[in-house]
Formats: sequence, structure tokens, C-alpha cells
Amino acid sequence: MPQVLLIEDHQTVRDGLQLALTRQGHTVDAVATGEQGLERMRASAPDVVVLDLMLPGMDGFEVCRRIRQRGDLPIIMLTARNDDMDVVAGLEAGADDYVVKPVQARVLEARIRAVLRRTGGDSRRPGPERPGLHQHGALTIDRAALVVSKGGVPVSLAPTELRLLLELAYTPGQVLSRQQLLEAVWEHGYLGDSRLVDACVQRLRAKIEDEPSTPVFIQTVRGFGYRFGPL
Amino acid sequence: MTPWNRARAMALGLRTRLLLAFALLGVTTTAVVASGSYFQARTVILQQAQDAAVASLTDQLTKVYPILGLPPSPEELNVLAQRLSDRDSYALVHYRDRWASGVDGREPLTPELRKEVAGGQIAWQRVDRGGHPVLLIGTQLRIERSDGTSVESGVEVYSVRSLASEQRSIDRLATLAWVTGGLSLILAVLLALLAARGVLRPVRELGRAARRLGEGDLSTRLTVRGVDELADVTRTFNDTAATIERQVGELRRMEADARRFVADVSHELRTPLAAMTAVTDVLDEEADRLPGDAGQAARLVSQETQSLTQLVNDLIEVSRFDSGTARLALDDVDVAAAVTATLRLRGWTDRVRTELPPGVVARLDPRRLDVIVANLVGNAFRHGAEPVSVRLRAEPEWFTIEVADEGPGLDPEVLPHVFDRFYKADTARTRSEGSGLGLAIAWENARLHRHGGQSGSLVASNASRGGAVFTLRLPRTAAETTAAGGVR
Repeated sequence: MPQVLLIEDHQTVRDGLQLALTRQGHTVDAVATGEQGLERMRASAPDVVVLDLMLPGMDGFEVCRRIRQRGDLPIIMLTARNDDMDVVAGLEAGADDYVVKPVQARVLEARIRAVLRRTGGDSRRPGPERPGLHQHGALTIDRAALVVSKGGVPVSLAPTELRLLLELAYTPGQVLSRQQLLEAVWEHGYLGDSRLVDACVQRLRAKIEDEPSTPVFIQTVRGFGYRFGPL
Repeated sequence: MTPWNRARAMALGLRTRLLLAFALLGVTTTAVVASGSYFQARTVILQQAQDAAVASLTDQLTKVYPILGLPPSPEELNVLAQRLSDRDSYALVHYRDRWASGVDGREPLTPELRKEVAGGQIAWQRVDRGGHPVLLIGTQLRIERSDGTSVESGVEVYSVRSLASEQRSIDRLATLAWVTGGLSLILAVLLALLAARGVLRPVRELGRAARRLGEGDLSTRLTVRGVDELADVTRTFNDTAATIERQVGELRRMEADARRFVADVSHELRTPLAAMTAVTDVLDEEADRLPGDAGQAARLVSQETQSLTQLVNDLIEVSRFDSGTARLALDDVDVAAAVTATLRLRGWTDRVRTELPPGVVARLDPRRLDVIVANLVGNAFRHGAEPVSVRLRAEPEWFTIEVADEGPGLDPEVLPHVFDRFYKADTARTRSEGSGLGLAIAWENARLHRHGGQSGSLVASNASRGGAVFTLRLPRTAAETTAAGGVR
């Protein structure tokens, strides 16, 4: 039973989402502020955080960054407006996905399921699998254990970052468009937000590239998308 | 304004008119003064020459008085003629049918003159002989009787005097008049230019300022110089500009307030809507299990919550266009694939006839393209009649997507308003069919795509064989920059 931590300051919205998600079979822990949310995370171990960006006190971006500092817990942002600045800032703070309020419960539910599939815990995870150790230059990808290390040092990747790396590294040298990646990694239908891909690539580069501004592993092919290598 | 009218207006510009007026004034004055003094001087010169000649002739005749007995001999006539001739003139002497010195003086003499002289008068006349002005003076010698009276002798004496030197003086006068006229014309033109500059500079400044004002620079003001009529006009201009600036500022502030209000209201509505939307799924699931009216009411609330959400989202989208905060999220897209996906996503694939050549790649915001195409095709189904067709055409820099239906087409009165916000052609149309902002948003979305100073466009028209046609034209490489919000 997936455990969801819902951080939302408006009580009616919080109650509505809690009601709907509980009916879908989730265990929902709902709190009103970021501080409460961070505290609750210490007590229980949620599988996913649904986080409103507009919060009194500590705002959603800061909460997002703090969760990221602690680990790779999947985060879905709830944004009141799909203003570009909010979305981009949230993705840069480390969110895995976002939905725009007002959101129907089943849409949010589908995103939660998708993000959970990206973590190792869900056995129904689709996508290319080729268990075993794969060496790409200094980068070692263990597709069975879902561990990435660089020069023998393990690299800590968030689930979405890991899935994106696995997807790209599966076909080295082949260009994948943002839409292809959105469908494969985020399970968005057509017309997903390609900024999700861009933000995730940025975070991934910061972790695995020597020089993120001149990437070796994940290269941008302008006008087409991204490519792993060639090394 | 036709080119001819424009040419005439330019030909009669203020500067030209001033120049013409000054030149005309100068020339007229000079002509009157110069010609007046010329003619007067000419008359005086000729009169003096004439008087002097007559006096000289009379004087000389007195010297040869009295004449010998009649009839005079030819020698006497010759001597007379010789005596009366000098440097400037020669004399012709005639008695009955004889001419002195055998000179036939009839040639220069006119019949009128001779007739008057024959009548005993002193007569003179100016004639032109081969281009030279000549003065003719004629008289009869008189014979003095013993009783003191005198009678005509029949001896006619004519003096033919050249007026060449007088003519030279007159010619000099004429030349002087022409020169004076020319000089005064130049002076007049110079004065006119000076005056024109003085008048035209402020007028031109005023014109430039008015143009700037018209172009939207409402802070335009002019420096008031002097106290003349132009200064008055300048002051009036400044006052008017200040009033316009104040009023436009007020209107803009009110408009901005109104827009901010709409945006704020929309955002405020989002929170309750977010709570309601979260549970619409619950309502939908439970509706079938609820008895009669309760189930119907649950479905109605769920449906209308979704409509309201759509309306609020559209309002927020519109306010984003108005405030200029709408941004493009650009991506490289195969347009045919994008349109196909839009149709597939909404289950329209089998209902639309498509003509989508592959390989038309464009850099645009795919979600905005989806919004536009979905709106146009959706409208075609709702208001037009099937079959609905979607045609893609590529140009080097642009592409067009044409959405056409086979319905009755758009009413000519409706056509200019189809992209207006909340404009509804059919007042009986139910609200659930859309927020009334769909086409306005599609129009703004098209305009947001810019390339080389040109915006994308969405145009509504009617096909010649009936049916509405919406033509979307977008650049194949939209600029990254964000366009300012379109104000309609």
C-alpha cells in the first residue's frame, strides 16, 4: 500500500485530495506546512511526496530542496499556476513531476503510480531491461541492482534521474527526442512538458559529468533531443 | 489622397506659398516703380530733346530772316538748307515742287506732318527710321509785309534730327530698371526664405511633436518661445498633450486594474475549485449508486465543476496574454505528427479528413499548437458540419494549417468578431459547449509565435462553396523571445 505524504496549506484542497487518494487505495498523511511535512518524514517513511509550492512559512521550493538533500524520495509538485517560473524553479529544486491545480484525483493518482514505478520498489516497472553490469567509460551501470557508480564511487541518483539514465544508456549513440523520453520515463501521453526532461538532464549531468557545461555522457542534439555518448 | 493631389499640396506648401508671395510682391513693386520712373524719364528726355530742337530751329530761322523775294532761287534754297544743317541734324527745304540740294525729302517725311506744315503750323513728329528714332520738325518761312504782318512764304523747312543719344540714355534707364527688378527679386526671395524659416521651424517642430504624440509618446512637449500666435499654438499643443497623457494614463490604470482583478478572481477561484475537482471522481463513481435525483445532482455538480475549471483556466490563460507573461516552450516538432496526435488524443481521427504531408518540421510550442488545432476542429464539429478537413501546407519559412467544414459557413456579421472574447454567434448556444474564450486563446497562441518581426496568424473566412475555413499560419522557426501580450 503506497504511502503518500501530502503537503498542502488549503484545508479543503487537502481534505479533498486526501479523500480521493485514500479511495484509490493510498495511505495518505496530510499536513498543512512544509515544516510539519519534514518532521513527519522523520517519523514515517512515505513512498512519495505530493507538495504544494505555495506554502506559508517555508515555501515548497525550499521543502523540495531539503527532501532532496536527505535522499531520493519522489516528489510531485502541486502548482497553483502553471507559470513557467514556478515549474522551472520546482524542477530545478529536484521535483520529479508536477500537476497543475485544480487537478482531478485520477490524474494525480496516475502520476503517483508512474513515479512509483520509477523507483526500484515497483515490480511492474516497464522499459528496456538488460540486467548486468555495463561499463561506459568511467561510468558503471548495474542494471540488476540499479546502482550507478563513477570511477568506483557510487552515484546517488533520484529514481527519475536513474530511469532517464537507463533509458538513454540503453541505446548509446542514438538520439532520443524529448517526447520519446517523456513517454518512456514519465509515462506522459503526447504533449508532456519537455522542460521535465531538460531539468532532469541538468540534474543528472551535475551528478555524473566531470564538467556539466561540456557534457560527455548525456549530449544535447540541438533540434532533436538527447543522446548517450558516443564516448 | 491621389498622387496628383499630394503633388499639388506639396507644390503649395507653406514655404512655397511664402516664397511665391514675397517674390510676387517684390516683382510687382519693382515693376511698378521701375516702369513708372522709366516712362516718366523717357518722356522727359524726349520732351527736352524735342523742345531743344524746336527752339534751335526757330532760332536759326530767325537768323536767316528775312528771306529774299519769292520765288527763291535753287541756290537760295541750298544755302538755306546748308545753314540749317548741323552735327546732329540736317535740313530739308522745299518750295512748290523743288527740293534743296536735290534731296527728295519726301522719303522720311510723313503726309500728316507735311499737311500740318502746309497749313502754316510748326509741327513735329517722332518716327522710326530703320531702327533709329528720328525727330522731324517742320515749319514754313514767313514773309514780313511792310505793315508789320507776315504771311506764309510757301518755303517749307524741315529738320531731321537723330535721337540716337537720347535713345541710348533711355536704354540705359531700361537696363537699370531690369537690374533693379532682378536685385529686388533676389532680395525678396532671400527675405521670404528668412521669414519662411522663422515661421516654418516652429511649425515643423510642432509637426514632429504631433507625430511623436501620434506614435504613442505621450510625454512629448514643446518649449514655448515668444508670444506670437505660434507660441499660442505650441502652448495649446502642450496642454492637449498633457491632458491626453493624463487621461490615457488613467484609462490604462483602470484597464490594468480590471485585468488584475480578473486575474486575481481567477486565482482565488482556483482554490475552492481545486478542492471540488479533487472529489469529482468520487462523485462520478458514487453517482450510479445514488438514488434518482441525488445521482443526477452529483453528476451535474461534477460536470459543472469541470466546466468552471475550464473557464477559470481559460481566464487565467487570457490574463497571462494580457499581462505579457505568456511564454513559448519551444520544441522541434513534426507538424503532421503533432496534428495527428491532437486528433488521436481526442478520438477524432476517423471523423477528420486530413492532408498532412510528412516532414514539415517546425520549432514551436507543441502544447499551444495542440490547443489551437483542437479548438478549431472542435468548433468545426460543433458549429459546422462534417466532413471536417485539416490541410497542412508548407512554405520555406512558414506553414499553414487549414481547418474547413461543410457547414453553412460563418455569417458575414459574425466574421469580424469570431476571435472576440465571449463572443457568441448564436445567443441560444449553451454555455457547456465552451468557455467562450477558445477562439480568442487560439488567436493569441498563434500570435505568440513570431519570426522576423512577423507574428503568426489565425484568420477566419468562408469557402467559396460554403463552409467556414480557419487558416492558421505559423513560422517554422519561432523566436525564443516572448511577445508582449496582445491587446484587443
